[in-house]
Amino acid sequence: MANADCIVIQGSNMAECHPVGYQWVAEAKARGAKVIHVDPRFTRTSAVADKHIPIRAGSDVVLLGALINYVITNDLWFKEYVGAYTNAATLVHADYRDAEDLGGLFSGFDPEKRAYDTSSWAYAEQGEGAIDEPGLSREHGAEASARAAADTFGSGGPPLEHAEVQRDDTLQDPRTVFQIVKRHYARYTPEMVRDMCGINVADFEYLARSITENSGRDRTTCFAYAVGWTQHSLGAQFIRAAAILQLLLGNVGRPGGGIMALRGHASIQGSTDIPTLFNLLPGYLPMPSAGRHDSLSDYLAAVGSKQQKGFWADADAYTVSLLKAWWGEAATADNDWAYDYLPRLTGAHGTYETTMSMLKDEVEGYFILGQNPAVGSANGRLQRLGMSHLKWLVVRDLNMIESATWWKDGPEIESGELRTEDIETEVFFLPAATHVEKAGSFTQTQRLLQWRHQAVAPPGECQSELQFFFELGQRIRAKLAGSEDERDRPLLDLTWDYPTDEHGDPDAEAVLAEINGRQLAGPDAGKPLSAYTELRADGSTAAGCWIYTGVYADGSNHAANRKPGREQGPVALEWGWAWPANRRVLYNRASADPAGKPWSERKKYIWWDQDQGKWVGDDVPDFPVDRAPGSQPDPALGGPAALSGDDPFIMQADGKGWLFAPKGLVDGPLPTHYEAQESPVANALYPQQQSPARLVFPRAGNFSAPSAGTPGAEVYPYVFTTYRLTEHHTAGGMSRWLPYLSELQPEMFCEVSPELADERGLEPYGWATIISPRSAIEAKVLITDRLKPLAVGGHTVHQIGLPYHWGVGSDAIVSGDAANDLLGVTLDPNVQIQESKVASCDIRPGRRPRGQELRALVAAYQARAGLTAETGNRAVTDPMLED
Amino acid sequence: MARRSFLQWPVVRQLSTGDLLGRGPAVTSPQTRSITPRTVTADRVVQSVCPYCAVGCGQRVYVKDEKVVHIEGDPDSPISRGRLCPKGSASEQLVNSPGRQTGVLYRAPRSTQWQHLDLATAVDMVADRFIETRRRTWQQEDEEGRLLRRTMGIASLGGATLDNEENYLIKKLFTAAGAVQIENQARI
Repeated sequence: MANADCIVIQGSNMAECHPVGYQWVAEAKARGAKVIHVDPRFTRTSAVADKHIPIRAGSDVVLLGALINYVITNDLWFKEYVGAYTNAATLVHADYRDAEDLGGLFSGFDPEKRAYDTSSWAYAEQGEGAIDEPGLSREHGAEASARAAADTFGSGGPPLEHAEVQRDDTLQDPRTVFQIVKRHYARYTPEMVRDMCGINVADFEYLARSITENSGRDRTTCFAYAVGWTQHSLGAQFIRAAAILQLLLGNVGRPGGGIMALRGHASIQGSTDIPTLFNLLPGYLPMPSAGRHDSLSDYLAAVGSKQQKGFWADADAYTVSLLKAWWGEAATADNDWAYDYLPRLTGAHGTYETTMSMLKDEVEGYFILGQNPAVGSANGRLQRLGMSHLKWLVVRDLNMIESATWWKDGPEIESGELRTEDIETEVFFLPAATHVEKAGSFTQTQRLLQWRHQAVAPPGECQSELQFFFELGQRIRAKLAGSEDERDRPLLDLTWDYPTDEHGDPDAEAVLAEINGRQLAGPDAGKPLSAYTELRADGSTAAGCWIYTGVYADGSNHAANRKPGREQGPVALEWGWAWPANRRVLYNRASADPAGKPWSERKKYIWWDQDQGKWVGDDVPDFPVDRAPGSQPDPALGGPAALSGDDPFIMQADGKGWLFAPKGLVDGPLPTHYEAQESPVANALYPQQQSPARLVFPRAGNFSAPSAGTPGAEVYPYVFTTYRLTEHHTAGGMSRWLPYLSELQPEMFCEVSPELADERGLEPYGWATIISPRSAIEAKVLITDRLKPLAVGGHTVHQIGLPYHWGVGSDAIVSGDAANDLLGVTLDPNVQIQESKVASCDIRPGRRPRGQELRALVAAYQARAGLTAETGNRAVTDPMLED
Repeated sequence: MARRSFLQWPVVRQLSTGDLLGRGPAVTSPQTRSITPRTVTADRVVQSVCPYCAVGCGQRVYVKDEKVVHIEGDPDSPISRGRLCPKGSASEQLVNSPGRQTGVLYRAPRSTQWQHLDLATAVDMVADRFIETRRRTWQQEDEEGRLLRRTMGIASLGGATLDNEENYLIKKLFTAAGAVQIENQARI
């Protein structure tokens, strides 16, 4: 970011939530970069930016779409970059129909399944055909959504049958991606931005000029976002919209460019790379689904095609190496490398589905590991009620968090909905070790693994997760030893033998070595692998997570590399280790022009050295190192060998950056503006109000407010958005028990504008009660100009800001009502993340009622608005399209 | 009050100590001069990484008598260059907070209070429940006869402050046991 000439921070309050990372924005600004903050609230990020542009929460696609339109209409796109490196010239199948033609729906929507058949969005093939995804059968969007298939694209794009695409390099054919994108965004105008986002035309033009004047050969613009973009019912599409813009401006794979995901937890990147997620195996391989991945050959056929371009074509080697790492000698060619030891998915099994299953008594046991869903997950009341249906609950944490104590001091005990003496759940609280009491690696927000050395032993009965799970596994295996039951084979055959220290704590480096992988055969048997290109599908290699192969090359822990920053260049390749292959900027071949020369001296990064016949530069080149710029290998070769000299996107099936996504997304191939599940504003772009493919949970306890223009909308007239403070961490488990931090931010509050305070009679520092269709909470009132009422679609929209760190319990130093109790569960269909950045509410002065009165208040509002489980949950809202 | 000699005049101190701007040793108080930083008296310094957000700031952990006595920013880190935010700066309290739980607690069905269990007993009880639930809720095949080999009776939700190595063992063990509802803050 320090190399950027313009930085747009949107969907993030970087200066407060990533204060130390913000020094690089400050550094860029000191060198003359322009910094623009687009956010519903004026925050400390806004205070140190060149400009703050207030936006209505949830309207980001209108703004980004209008920027795309501005760039195309004013002919400001980076022509050489776009023509060579993106799929602009690729032809889309003739059956494709855009949302512009169908009232906000794309071709293929199935109202019964509330999902798309995405086949008409495919690339055209020679003749009449379409380039499908590989595998035995085409996957309907409903199935892809259930397994959140988009999560598997964390290290590369969606697979294609082959990469023999049809192109029109003049970009004139109406079926080219470029023409489709141009048409799709033609109505996303500055005036539409004014009417939907509440941003005036002058501010829009300032933003548009800033990014276009700071993009091109000599200059680069960077976008940064956080959960202000992800936690929406179309969150993945917010980020896609920024990706389209950045590709059009030529800002991907170049220094000072890109889209920076500012992740909020120490190893949240690592938690998806080596996933504790239902739908992934390590390295973004999918968990097998019944019906789609029934055998290893079905699985491998679907995961990546040998005929597509790039390194995903070698997914068979990554899969077999993982199975060898887990089941060792028991994984053989004869049993398909123990593939049938893997359990199968049959739909959505994400954390919110699990909550619903708990309420139906389908889940008996639940482990909570350093997480606080009673406070931190959307619809906290359903989370706590769900837990009360469990037979047993294991909470492992540093502190006695609310998720461990809801049975005695939770809000439902106070409201009388639950009685401690009636709750059957057994609860185990097991104390955990802190980050300094164990060794291990975190993967930070730029894919950099950094090792932590152990400083001291954990106190008392505290244990690391590593030790707890190692011991739990040992006990389970000991109790099952000798079992003849076939179902126990995967546990008994599991490689589960790690050296331990004198306290029984396993050696984390031995685990890292297994993740890295080793040779199993030949003269080098046992030797650690140094690159994922060494992995083989014949059982001769083992690796627990292929994208991390190389972190333990030569038997040395590169995550622990610690050459001081001042002793090396700005790319700092000798501090930690970044996946893949210690590359710091992904797709960096795009930092050079198609002929392999830097786009400019100022933005020089990786280039082709004709004399040496290889790519060289400041970083590890993200390209086959000896593939000359002009190479045009036959695409039919497949895999890395098929990559042309101008295919910088080596993990994409066609080697190109995707403006239009023919595969991979289930809610549209192009980002399209839909309103949130709950919105006081009607969608001015389409008769379709909400994203038709969003995932809804129509049930008691999860009612939604009516949208604009439907009866009852006026009962919940205000928008609220949730956010973090510098001094607290998410649901507070690591901050509300610390005296310093608790003193700095002692209590829950709500931010409201002076205008809203007047409208509702709220007093400064008095109490307010905020009521949503799910619950009501109380908060101290902070009246501030930081929140501006916005003029949207002819009326005023008031937004309320709510930090979400507090929870109701009796053990923390500071407690308070939880903002997440107000939220409902509605999910993005690509990734099953909840919409928690925008919802509807009412606010009034005074504290909330106690006891049974609380639910009575919520019910009275629901009755006044006429809510039922179906309210707000229709898939298609265009009267012309309804049955 | 004792008279001060002119040698203690600030300007003299500034000149004699080389602290010309008067922002260093020239203006220290006797109190400051009499104390020693914990970073000097520590037995050892260990390099670590801040556990809060994902910027990944370097930390130096100072240990004395096998206790963490201080945590500060690591100036060697090319990411953070020695800086920490309020949370990172308070992380010594994460380790030494008086409210931290260091013992195992157990709440029996319908009970109104916690009781202590020793760790080995607790882990053994969890293992028993894991095996029982797995057996009771096992799904070998779906209605079309396709292999499922799983339990839907066990679920997990982890925070994103878990180490890569920990996530790896968690995913490996649960997957081998057939538990698929394994989730993380990364979903949220």
